[in-house]
This record gives sequence, structure tokens and C-alpha cells, in this order.
Amino acid sequence: MKKIALLFIALVSFLACDNDDETATPVVESVVSISFTQSFDGSPITANEFNAISYTNENGEQLSISRLRYLMSDIVLTDANGTEAVIGDYSLVDVGENSGVLLEAPMTFEPGEYTLSMRFGFSDADNTNAAYPDLNAASWGVPAPLGGGYHYMQMEGMYINSEDVNTNYQYHTIRAAENPGEAPTLTDTSIAINLGTLTIEGSVTIIEVNMNIEEWYKNPIVWDLNELYTMLMPNYEAQIMMNQNGQNVFNLGLVNSAIDN
Amino acid sequence: MNKIILTSLILLLLASCGKDNDDALGYIPTPAEIATPLLFQQLIPEAVIPEDNPQTEEGIALGKRLFYDKRLSLDNSISCASCHRPQEGFSDSRTVSIGVDGAPGTRNSMPLVNLAFNYFGNFNWDGSAATLEEQHETPITSPIEMHSTFADITAMVEADANYPLQFEQAFNVTNVTKTEVTKALAQFVRTMVSGDSKFDRHLLGEATLTPQEQNGLDVFLDETRGDCFHCHGSPTNPLWTDNIFHNNGLDTTFDDRGRGDFTGDPNQFGQFKSPSLRNLAYTAPYMHDGRFATLEEVVNHYSEGLVYSDTIDPLMKAVDVGGVALSETDKADLVAFLLSLSDPSFINNPAFLPSNNP
Ligand code: HEC
Ligand code: HEC
Repeated sequence: MKKIALLFIALVSFLACDNDDETATPVVESVVSISFTQSFDGSPITANEFNAISYTNENGEQLSISRLRYLMSDIVLTDANGTEAVIGDYSLVDVGENSGVLLEAPMTFEPGEYTLSMRFGFSDADNTNAAYPDLNAASWGVPAPLGGGYHYMQMEGMYINSEDVNTNYQYHTIRAAENPGEAPTLTDTSIAINLGTLTIEGSVTIIEVNMNIEEWYKNPIVWDLNELYTMLMPNYEAQIMMNQNGQNVFNLGLVNSAIDN
Repeated sequence: MNKIILTSLILLLLASCGKDNDDALGYIPTPAEIATPLLFQQLIPEAVIPEDNPQTEEGIALGKRLFYDKRLSLDNSISCASCHRPQEGFSDSRTVSIGVDGAPGTRNSMPLVNLAFNYFGNFNWDGSAATLEEQHETPITSPIEMHSTFADITAMVEADANYPLQFEQAFNVTNVTKTEVTKALAQFVRTMVSGDSKFDRHLLGEATLTPQEQNGLDVFLDETRGDCFHCHGSPTNPLWTDNIFHNNGLDTTFDDRGRGDFTGDPNQFGQFKSPSLRNLAYTAPYMHDGRFATLEEVVNHYSEGLVYSDTIDPLMKAVDVGGVALSETDKADLVAFLLSLSDPSFINNPAFLPSNNP
């Protein structure tokens, strides 16, 4: 909520900076940021909503969220001519720490239509063991017996199990690894996400990319937390199912622009 | 020729623009680097050095002298090193620290190791200090620690035969204040880097793990057994800590609310900073209150001693039955692996031990 308020203030203050110049001015390029948000079936989730067992998944389990970190990579805006601009190679979003949630593009953009794409997790080509110092320091790595590289997501909290006991769950997604150990067989379960077309205009554009957490439990597989709540990293089938349920988790949210005139 | 004259003129001008106060003594301390182990260079971001307190040879030497100086305490009875003892991994084998007058503290002393690589700026068990400089103020003035005042310390420094010159050389000041005292201590503490354990050498191909240590590592990294790596680092995080706060299931209610006492957030009651697992061979007893005397007790805790509370970390597994119940072999091997992270060269490094000449 605070973030939204902040964005709003930022937008308003940009608007307030309008100049009254009547003469033809050069094209205003837009400063573009991606804002990563989360929701559970429509209600926003930030650190403020953490820890309360107040969400119900498709299978009917009540649950809380108390840690949520995920990695997005290859964040790219493509213009109408097919020219790509890489906004970020990767970004670790940590909802609890409110870090990585707003990613500002290193370049500005001319007004126009663009498509936005990114990847949930690292593709195999980028999922190089120990390659990213900041991610190593964030303890984001996957142990070697599971193929190394990095987590895609750590979503954790409590759910009330079928025996009415508050139980910790760890919904961790990684590259699926069969036969953990010396030489696991690996399957790239990162997810290419095409968020569709959007319009960039004005001096500032903030593009919201929303994770609908409910989807992880819903579609196409109705997830039963009683069965699959823990030790999911070495569970090859679970990782494949997470990949299936992850296909529609991310959506384009609001695109806010500050228009000069 | 003309150029030389011009340059000298400019230099003269610049020189005459210098501040006229006594503080400009003209000492230029010698810059010093943090000795960063190869693995750290390869794996993690650089050490965090505040812009307003660069490392210098003079500052580090001064900080070391202060660290071992008992005159920093009210009755000249204890120094930093009384609770951060070199042979105990710069921590303290007493369950809780004892301050001047035998005043007992409430927490186990923390080992001083690799603190220059804490990127998140959260020192103490509860993260109550954001910088080392800020941290060092507390033990000096706390009634249950050194119980002194900076006025007393400044007076002591000024009356000393060598300190005034040392402060001048390190910080270019004659007027010593809290700022320079804590800066010097922080420079010294930042040099305390440990990265030469058997396990480090194993990663560099210079040592071989025993089968027990290797199995212990597997237990540590296996989500179905130890699953320690989510909080305590791994071969790709050589700090062996995530430097963040967790409730690892020690208690159902909290005498010491840890992080939650500092932030006031009930969701953080009972959370403490994950300690680094380096140098455990020297740093017993364990946990924020020193409740476990041995690593076997620690491992038993994670294996079958976990207890539920509302803020228990979601990474803790099978809490309703106390944990995942490791086999006796896995437990023993886990301890063997943990001990391979101890670094004798760290506790015996003359650079960190008291020097004879002040
Ligand atoms: C009476 C014992 C005692 C003395 C003396 C003492 N400390 Fe400590 N130190 C502790 C305890 C106990 C903690 C943990 C404090 C807490 O969490 O509240 C600690 C924590 C620290 C930490 C935080 C480490 C981390 O990992 O976050 C640093 C740094 C430190 N001390 C440095 C010093 C310095 C420098 C001095 C001398 C000026 C000093 N200490 C004197 C007992 C002591
Ligand atoms: C959820 C995060 C988490 C996990 C998982 C975890 N720990 Fe810890 N560990 C902590 C925290 C937090 C502390 C300090 C707790 C306190 O003092 O109240 C701690 C303390 C310790 C200590 C005491 C260190 C000292 O200097 O006092 C050891 C040893 C230890 N853990 C080993 C392990 C081992 C072995 C495992 C796996 C079986 C493990 N931990 C799993 C968070 C974790």
C-alpha cells in the first residue's frame, strides 16, 4: 500500500513539473519502471499482509504467507519494429524486505506500443552455479546435489492441515532435478512470460507485473498442500507441476503514465 | 618552465586555502585493504567499508590497541577482548557475558568474524545496530558491559603517552571524541576475516573431506534431512549465514523477544540473527543465550527438539514431532562437517592478537 502511495506521489509530482511551453518540444522519452506486485485472488499482498492465516486456496486449505522471494530474469521491452531493450538481466524480488520490487530501466523509451516479456527464474543458459555474487550472498543458491544454480521462488508460510494442525509449508521452485546426487537429470522449469502489449507515454511510465498467488494452487492442477507442503525441492514431479501451475501466475497490471502537455 | 611556475603558484594558492585550525596536522594515513580470501572474491560482493571510515594501517593498529585496552571500562577491569576472546573465536565460553562488577548480561557474546561482509547492516543478535561504528558504542557505555563514558575515555586517551599521537596519525585530530574511538575499533573489527578452514581448502582443491564430513555436508544440503543451507549458507555462500532473522524453534514463549523487541513487531518475537557456522570448534556455548554446550545438543535440537510458537520459521520441518529425526550417523557426520568450517589460522593470526608495544 505504501508503495502505491509513493508511486502516486511520484506521478503527481512529475505532473506538477509540467512546463507551459507552447512551442513544439522534442519527443519526451519516458523513464520506465517495472513494479512487481502480488495478490491472492485480487487482494494485494505486501509484507503487511504476511503471517496471518487468512487465505484459502482452491483445495480449501487456509494458509498464511510469511516469506516470498522470487527471481525474474531477461526482462525485455520490444518496440513495434522488433527492437529489444533489456531492462534487467535479473531481479530478486523480496516481498518481506520490500527489495527488488521496483526495477527502473537503465534507458528511456520513446512513446509507443511495446511488448513486455520476462522469465520466471533463470533459463538453463543463465542458471550457472555460483555465478552471481549478490544471489550467493542472499543464500539463493540451489545445492549441487540438486544441480546447483539458483532458486526461482521461495514461498513459505503456515497452513492448517487436515488434522487441524498449523503446519509450515515451503513452496520452493527450482530447476527440476531427477535422481539428486552425483549426476541428477535436470529439466529447465523456468517459465517464459509474455505479458502482452502496453503503451509507453509521457515522462514516466510504471508498469505493474502482478503475481496472482492463488494460481500456484489452482490451474491446471488443484494443489493439495496436505500432500505437497514440504521437501519439494528434491521432488521432481512436484517441480513439474509447479511449472504447469506457474504458466498463468503473472499478469500485466496497471500501466501508469505521467503525461506532459 | 612557465608551466612549473604556474603549477607552483597554484599549489601555493591551494595550500594557503587549507583550514587554519589545529586539526589539520597534515598526517596522511596509509590506506589498507581488507584481506579478502580467494573464495570470497569469487563468490560474494566486496567488503562493506563506509565512505567516512576508510581502512588505514594507523586506524587498524589504533583500533586493535583500544580493543585490548581495559581502560575502556569503568573500573579498568575488562576490555572488548574479555568477552570476545581470541582463543574462543572472539566470542566467550561463558553462557552469558559478564560485565564490570560481575554484572551478568542476558545474551551469549557473538563471535567477531567476517563482519565486513554483512551487507544488510544488522549487528547484534537482534540487528539493533546498523553499522559497526554504532554497535561499538553500546558495549562501552552499557551498564552490564563496560559501563564507561566517552568523557572518561577521552580523558584517559589524552593522558596516555601514545594515544594522542596515534589518533593524530589515524584521523588527523587532536580532539578525540566518540567518533574516532568507534571508527578505530570498527576498522580493526573489519580486518577480522576468516576464510581458511579445511572446508575452504577443500573447495579450492587443497584438502579432501573425510567420508563423514562429506556425508555431513550432504545432510546439511538435503531438504529432507538437515536442510540447514536455507539459513546458514552453503558452498556458494562462504559466510555460512544469511545474516537475517529467524525463530528456529527453541521456545514456546520468549523471555528475550530478540528482533521483535527491537522492532516492536509481534511477528518477529523470538527471532534472532542466524549466526555464521564458521569457527564453531571455538565458540561454544551456542545460541543467543548460550543454552547448548555442545554441537551434539544443537543438532539434537534441530532433529527432535523443535517446539512450536506462532513465529516459528516456516523452514522448520515436522515441528509437531520435534523435527525430522536424523539418524545417529547423520547427526555425527553433520557435526563432523560443521567442525570442518573452523579455521585455526584465524584465532592464531598475530594481526588480531594483542601486540606488546602499544
Ligand atoms: C561484557 C561483555 C562484552 C564486552 C565487554 C563487549 N562485548 Fe561485544 N558483544 C557482547 C554480547 C553479549 C553481544 C551480543 C549483543 C546483543 O545481541 O545484544 C556482543 C556483540 C558484539 C558485536 C556484534 C556482532 C555481530 O555479529 O553482529 C560486535 C561487533 C561487538 N560485540 C564488538 C565489541 C567491541 C568492539 C567491544 C569493545 C568496545 C565489545 N564488543 C565489548 C559482549 C561484549
Ligand atoms: C530457519 C533458519 C535456520 C535453519 C534452517 C537452521 N538454523 Fe541454525 N540457527 C538459526 C538461528 C536464527 C540461530 C540462532 C538462534 C538463537 O540463538 O536464538 C541458529 C543457531 C545455530 C547454531 C548456533 C551457532 C552459535 O554460534 O551460537 C548452530 C550450530 C546451528 N544453528 C546449526 C544449524 C544446523 C546444523 C542446521 C540444520 C540442521 C540449522 N542450524 C538450521 C537459523 C536456522
